[in-house]
Amino acid sequence: MLFVLLRLLPGDPANALLGVGATEQQIAAARAQVGSDQPLAVQFIGFLGNIARLDLGTSFVSRASVLGEIGNRMAVTLPLTFFGFLVALALAIPLGIIAAVRSDKWYGAAISVISQLGIAIPVFWLGILLVTLFSINLRWLPSGGFPLKGWANFGEAITGMILPSLTIGLVMGASLLRYVRAATLDVLGSDFLRTARALGASFPEALIRHGVRNGAVPVISILGIELASTFLGAVVIERVFSLPGLGSMLLLAIQQRDYPNVQGVLFVSTLLVLLIGFAADIAQRLIDPRLRGRARTLA
Amino acid sequence: MSSATMTAPREQKRHSLILWAGLVLVGLHIAIALLTFVWLPYDPTAMAGGRLEGPSLLHWLGTDRLGRDLLTQMMIGSRIALIVGIGAVAIGAAIGVTLGLLAAFASKWLDDALAATLDILIAFPTLLIAMLVVAASDTANLWSAIIALGIALSAIVARLTRILAKRVLVMDYITAARTSGSSWPKIVAIHILPNIWPTLSVNFALQFGLAVIAEASLSYLGLGAPPPNASWGRVLQEAQGTVYTAPLGAIAPGIALVSLAIGVNLLADGLRDTIDPTRRAR
Repeated sequence: MLFVLLRLLPGDPANALLGVGATEQQIAAARAQVGSDQPLAVQFIGFLGNIARLDLGTSFVSRASVLGEIGNRMAVTLPLTFFGFLVALALAIPLGIIAAVRSDKWYGAAISVISQLGIAIPVFWLGILLVTLFSINLRWLPSGGFPLKGWANFGEAITGMILPSLTIGLVMGASLLRYVRAATLDVLGSDFLRTARALGASFPEALIRHGVRNGAVPVISILGIELASTFLGAVVIERVFSLPGLGSMLLLAIQQRDYPNVQGVLFVSTLLVLLIGFAADIAQRLIDPRLRGRARTLA
Repeated sequence: MSSATMTAPREQKRHSLILWAGLVLVGLHIAIALLTFVWLPYDPTAMAGGRLEGPSLLHWLGTDRLGRDLLTQMMIGSRIALIVGIGAVAIGAAIGVTLGLLAAFASKWLDDALAATLDILIAFPTLLIAMLVVAASDTANLWSAIIALGIALSAIVARLTRILAKRVLVMDYITAARTSGSSWPKIVAIHILPNIWPTLSVNFALQFGLAVIAEASLSYLGLGAPPPNASWGRVLQEAQGTVYTAPLGAIAPGIALVSLAIGVNLLADGLRDTIDPTRRAR
């Protein structure tokens, strides 16, 4: 599917390789070189064969192995997604529960209102604001960039990760918070919580023993979607903080019409998105025994 | 029950407040956007003052690094944002509703295939799909961004339409309409669309907010409308380099963007509560 989508794009990669002003002969030669002169079916079979061998081809532009490049970029994007995710969880779960349990108090309402704001804030703007505050005014953290040596330069790599992770975590946390709050509200109004209370459990005890398990099921499926979209949404964040991650690789590849790179990034991301969805599905089954017997459904 | 009836007037007041706040914010942007067609403080492309001037009586928000008036750019940004939002939602709605209805009516096999495809598409952020579509068109302009966003949004609309339409299709009155000889197009027009429209239109408002933010992101990444179009995202991107000397250049477009996004979201919330009273209890 990806393959067809990409080949539908007008603009021959050979043109991108040569630039304006190339002769007909040069174009034909470049086409033969990248293989775009062959019939689509031949290109497609070659593509499938390569994927089966885990070979994503070589970049049209830099002639480097796509998979190797993706591996290098992953060393930035995966930790970024992971740390951002941790920040989001650390914010959303406690605050979401407080917002639901104390929805009649001023701070419960305040949390809900602020999370509304968090949803409307574009992620790149929040990033710029954080840079202005922490790197320019306070001079605590670098405004962006990543050490050339990567994680070998551990201290610098970690400090370079803090602001981007915080940005992702805040935005993701805000939308997650709403789901945690809604799930907690559902649990609060449930019969089983009332029964547990009637049987003598204290309120926190009832909430932890019965509430968490029940509330977690809908939240986990949202978590899966959020995690996947954070991973894919890294494009913008990496641009704000000029990080050499998967997102900036995709952006560059799109601008250069470097199809093997675009294709490779999308292929790996799709795989990851599907894996995350699958993992969320399994986690739900582990938590909720009622789901175990059911056949896998396409929600 | 008693507590619900007791808090009802207060709740209702809160909801109309939300609706009004949304209307005011969105109305403000619409008014500014309309104003730009007849009047602007300065020529948007002219160097109206010195470079990176601070706010003054002549330039309320100061000037950018080329000496262009920032307020003028912000006002044009409102126009662009609204055009993008309306255009993208219209395209997304046209494709999405059609696909969703087709899936709802289709045979089980085709429906399953469509639903699975939509699920995968939805897992990808709007922005990413839009980036690919923009990359597909040779020259980036405002329309390629609008079309790209419309296509990206259509997956979300299609999925919602499918679910809503299926819910209506199992109703007894559909069976009754079928047995009394109504054709499927007629059933869609008379029974299905009017029933799913309220929920859909609230969703369109949310999509509008999404589209505006996504367009700003596209422009920020340099994949949006080219330079003379002062999209908020582009202004932000240009101002990022000079954020130390002229912070207003980076703050103003963000505030404009957030105020429109919040306005649309509030409007959607308010509309939902007006349309669907059962949700008010929450």
